[in-house]
Amino acid sequence: MTDLTAAVNNEQTGYQDFPVGSFNFRRDEYFAYIDYPDGEYVMPIDAYLKALMRDVAWGFFYGTVNFDSVFGTMNHYGNVDLFIGSHNEEYINNDKDFMENFPSEELMEVFQAMLADWTIEGFDPFAAPQETGTAWGPKNGNNDEAISRKRQVAQRMIGIPGDTEIRSDETGYTVNRHFQDVDQSQPVVEAEPGFEDQIHGFNLWAHLSRSVETWNPSIVSVCKQSLLCPTSEEFILPVEHGNDRVEWFVQVSDEIIWEIKDGKSSKPRASLVMRAGDVACMPADIRHQGFSPKRSMLVVWENGSPEILEKIKNGTVPRVGVEF
Amino acid sequence: MSVEYKTTFASIDNFNKGGVQMIAGNIKDYVFSNVYEVASKYAPYERVVVAKNLVYTIESCKAEGESPWYTCSHDEFAIAFDYDIEVHYIKMDDTSFIDDEKDGSFRLDDKPAGQYMGKITLSRGHQALLPEKTAYSFKSAKPATLVFQAILGDESNEKWPEICLT
Repeated sequence: MTDLTAAVNNEQTGYQDFPVGSFNFRRDEYFAYIDYPDGEYVMPIDAYLKALMRDVAWGFFYGTVNFDSVFGTMNHYGNVDLFIGSHNEEYINNDKDFMENFPSEELMEVFQAMLADWTIEGFDPFAAPQETGTAWGPKNGNNDEAISRKRQVAQRMIGIPGDTEIRSDETGYTVNRHFQDVDQSQPVVEAEPGFEDQIHGFNLWAHLSRSVETWNPSIVSVCKQSLLCPTSEEFILPVEHGNDRVEWFVQVSDEIIWEIKDGKSSKPRASLVMRAGDVACMPADIRHQGFSPKRSMLVVWENGSPEILEKIKNGTVPRVGVEF
Repeated sequence: MSVEYKTTFASIDNFNKGGVQMIAGNIKDYVFSNVYEVASKYAPYERVVVAKNLVYTIESCKAEGESPWYTCSHDEFAIAFDYDIEVHYIKMDDTSFIDDEKDGSFRLDDKPAGQYMGKITLSRGHQALLPEKTAYSFKSAKPATLVFQAILGDESNEKWPEICLT
């Protein structure tokens, strides 16, 4: 039988292979190759690393992280599916899909090692295209600083004493080139003596204007299990996020176009154009991918309640946010 | 060539709502609305739910003039989405009437007895903590958009057919 797998010469490029279960991951100067028992799947290495970065940083996230319309992971919260074509109608209908389940820690360890080895010096998979180098070429150092950033997670609210700090020049967060016109003033807090630590406010838009990463929500305020997760976006969300629960977006500035596809089949469903002030719900049975022509501000609003997990497990999670 | 980028925000009196191009399914699934449009349509301080996830909500209202006083058993948060809004706080002498099991804010009959804690003046994009079991009220010289991170409660109004694309 003809061997259809690509020839990858690690001695020449200096990269490592990463086998896990029945899968084997390889890269060369331009592409990532995903070998599985039924064949091989190929992705451009920059797109692959940007998606891998999110999957690692988000801990496999809520639901499905589709690296594209064929390959991805599905989180079962403790274990995770690694799949080829399992959420693609043609692969499924032609019995070409393949999936293997792993303990989350095991797969995460492999993904982290792969990300560290395959991300070369000067390439930041979290950054906008104009703010980073390229992923192309042979092994050339690494960029551990960029890939090990921890997203800011407030316990109550950004800036409250003891909680996550407000971004500033002093803390290494400069205003992004697209947000130079965003007002940096802070709220005027006039607390009576003794109440200085009890009333609090901060400039959320200024905070967002200083975001280093794109498509990486942080948490700025927590109302029981309600998590306000704003983020700044530019170019393309590197994954198609497949929801396993309802998720809400509030567009703060500029514009994002969301391509919506069916979560299981990947068939197109809708296109949303969101402008400043727009609010929209992502249903629990879709996948979505955003396109932001200019760096924009978006509030992603999540419900982190354990009750949601129970509902996902027993199949009672609401498909839509509201029925009316 | 260097480009000078302009960030596009909006306001209660100047917004440009987007929309949905449907291919398959029901447009109502996306529960698409706009916080400025919602704030512009209803009475001052009438909070309208624009996003809901089980009991949790994002609510929008018009701030104009002085609001009643409110309190809540848990933290809430308010964001000024366009114009200046003052938030005033009182540490109430008596909080025994607040039911810890009751979610969402509720209105107080009058300005409560207690110690004035101070005020925060919010401008566009500023977020304020509304601490648990603290009385608060708002003041705005002109119509402004105020958005809450909250939980469904007495002050939450659901008007989905009126505010969403159908």
